[in-house]
Amino acid sequence: MPNYVHSLGGQVWRFGSLAELMAKASPARSGDRLAGIAALDAEERAAAQMALADLPLASFLHDAVVPYEADEVTRLILDGHDARAFQPVAALTVGGFRDWLLSDLADATALAALAPGLTPEMVAAVSKICRNQDLILIARKVEVVTRFRGSIGQRGRLSTRLQPNHPTDDPAGIAASILDGLMLGNGDAVIGINPASDSLPAVETLLHMLDEVIRRYDIPTQGCVLTHVTNSIALIERGAPVDLVFQSVAGTEAANRSFGIDLALLREGRAAGLSQGRGTLGDNVMYLETGQGSALSANAHHGVDQQTLEARAYAVARMCEPLLVNTVVGFIGPEYLYDGKQIIRAGLEDHFCGKLLGLPMGCDICYTNHAEADQNDMDDLLTLLGVAGINFIMGIPGSDDVMLNYQTTSFHDALYLRKVLGLRPAPEFEDWLQRSGILVGARLAETLPPAFRRAIAGAV
Amino acid sequence: MSGQEDRGPVTQMPWTGLRALTPARIALGRAGTSLPTAPHLAFQMAHAQARKAVQLELQAEALADGLGALGLQVMQLHSAAPDRPSYLQRPDLGRRLDAASRAVLPAAGECELALVIGDGLSATAIHENALPFLRVLLPALAGWRIGPVAVVRQARVAIGDEIGAGLGAGNVVVLIGERPGLSSPDSMGLYLTHAPRPGLTDEARNCISNVRPQGLSHAEAAHKLVFLLTEARRRGLSGVALKDEAEALATPARRNFLLED
Repeated sequence: MPNYVHSLGGQVWRFGSLAELMAKASPARSGDRLAGIAALDAEERAAAQMALADLPLASFLHDAVVPYEADEVTRLILDGHDARAFQPVAALTVGGFRDWLLSDLADATALAALAPGLTPEMVAAVSKICRNQDLILIARKVEVVTRFRGSIGQRGRLSTRLQPNHPTDDPAGIAASILDGLMLGNGDAVIGINPASDSLPAVETLLHMLDEVIRRYDIPTQGCVLTHVTNSIALIERGAPVDLVFQSVAGTEAANRSFGIDLALLREGRAAGLSQGRGTLGDNVMYLETGQGSALSANAHHGVDQQTLEARAYAVARMCEPLLVNTVVGFIGPEYLYDGKQIIRAGLEDHFCGKLLGLPMGCDICYTNHAEADQNDMDDLLTLLGVAGINFIMGIPGSDDVMLNYQTTSFHDALYLRKVLGLRPAPEFEDWLQRSGILVGARLAETLPPAFRRAIAGAV
Repeated sequence: MSGQEDRGPVTQMPWTGLRALTPARIALGRAGTSLPTAPHLAFQMAHAQARKAVQLELQAEALADGLGALGLQVMQLHSAAPDRPSYLQRPDLGRRLDAASRAVLPAAGECELALVIGDGLSATAIHENALPFLRVLLPALAGWRIGPVAVVRQARVAIGDEIGAGLGAGNVVVLIGERPGLSSPDSMGLYLTHAPRPGLTDEARNCISNVRPQGLSHAEAAHKLVFLLTEARRRGLSGVALKDEAEALATPARRNFLLED
């Protein structure tokens, strides 16, 4: 195993492995401290960053942070590496790669062509030596567009997942939140329900409801019930209308096993989704969620820092050609991301790494009530990710998820971001908002569209 | 002056009546496209209250008295996390018992079902739901050999594996306070593990979430849990491979107004 050394002014820092070097080069966060792999202080962190910057990018193709023999995610990454796509940066160090990414050489076309040549570890490494503004500037250059019934991720567009969760999955309660969101121009990425109950009959009921609402109002969006991939496969076999197949994914084989999945099962889930042929514009049929800390939480981290493992989860996601990848950044709790500062940094890193690897990144900009964070921190991350060109964010009524018990971005927050940055909804959805009278031009209408006025009148 | 400014800065939403259908914060109105002052400040207050709930201590003695009154034998245990700050930052400590508690566990027990009650992130959830839920559950578990009930402070879900293994339990069910939400500081979770032993991960567990009067009712939660327990015992497994096929109890279905003719 190679030794990594950095000397400065007579002092020498040694790092015993690539994983140790990566962990110590990571900006501070509680999860790496919990794992006992964080830098002891800022000086050791800076030394690790200097040593990391000197490392040739190509060395990541020979030195795996999680052993090739022990982990199918490592095998996926290395076996799937596109050496030709890698050529433009093959001779660079990690530090040189940062400079290249910041330069005008790295435009949208160059970055799209490069994506298959990058491994998660390479993008994780360069992210560790980037300031927040670098993460924003570089990610902003990348455009990743995916399609099902609409086009998500075009430059100048911001989509939202309308998240109409209800504590008991009550159809009328869910419908009330859907209406609230649609009237505020939300829901173009997906209408996605976290079910309170994972029981198959309950999930099936919700799938039918989403399908009927989308068809009744002719909405160019897609539905999803966020249930385990094996449930979606079983429900597709029963003939239930599944638009998007959902799954949480992680960056090691063992962490995925703790989720009850492996790569073969994900491929099976994608094939089941494709077999439905329900997308009208494209066949990106999966909705995936990730989040720093999930591998450590499952005791499946192999001594690797949580940000590098998160980037490895994007290799798993890349295999699935998803419509949406959502990093649920503040949900896991303060033991992994302690406060607003750490959550903001992680959100920017995840978006950056995912975009460089070619993924349609969104972010659940969120926090729990046991974390040291508040609405102002979320406003900061929301604005920063908007500038960075994020594909989609969550939209829920008043930021309060009454089923999952955490706070994420509201329908109003999405409108704020669209307003201050001049962003618009997905084009097909924007047309629908105008056609159905929810938007007049770019503004919300002052009166309710007739179809929804009738529905509300019948409800109360 | 345009007509719009005549209406004042806040646009109310004509679907406030739908609030009867959900606890979600719908129909909040808009100032421009932003949150008006009143709902904005109501949110700030709710957040302050939820932050306070996280710090509340479990009333373990009162709970033990209540369990005793249900005819259950009780053990008072503590995780290896000595206090709330350690609990919040060191989940590993919350997943295992401290030395004193380990000594209390019987050397060789045997039962079909061990019950573990932990404070988790909301002691309020346990104070308000644990006993009422057990009053509904226990009659439905006639015929099950139930071991002593462990009441555990500063507990995380996986601590049930160590306790279940120590009690030689065929199955363990952990009742635990879930992270308090803005609108629901009292939500209890139920986690079932077959053949519990230290080192298991989430895939080995079945979860029933949001158990509270305004969420999943005690009756509905007990119905689901009994279904899962029965299947776990019959098939010798729990977790991802054990699907919740329990049909919902008959509840009056509310019309989905978006799909009315």
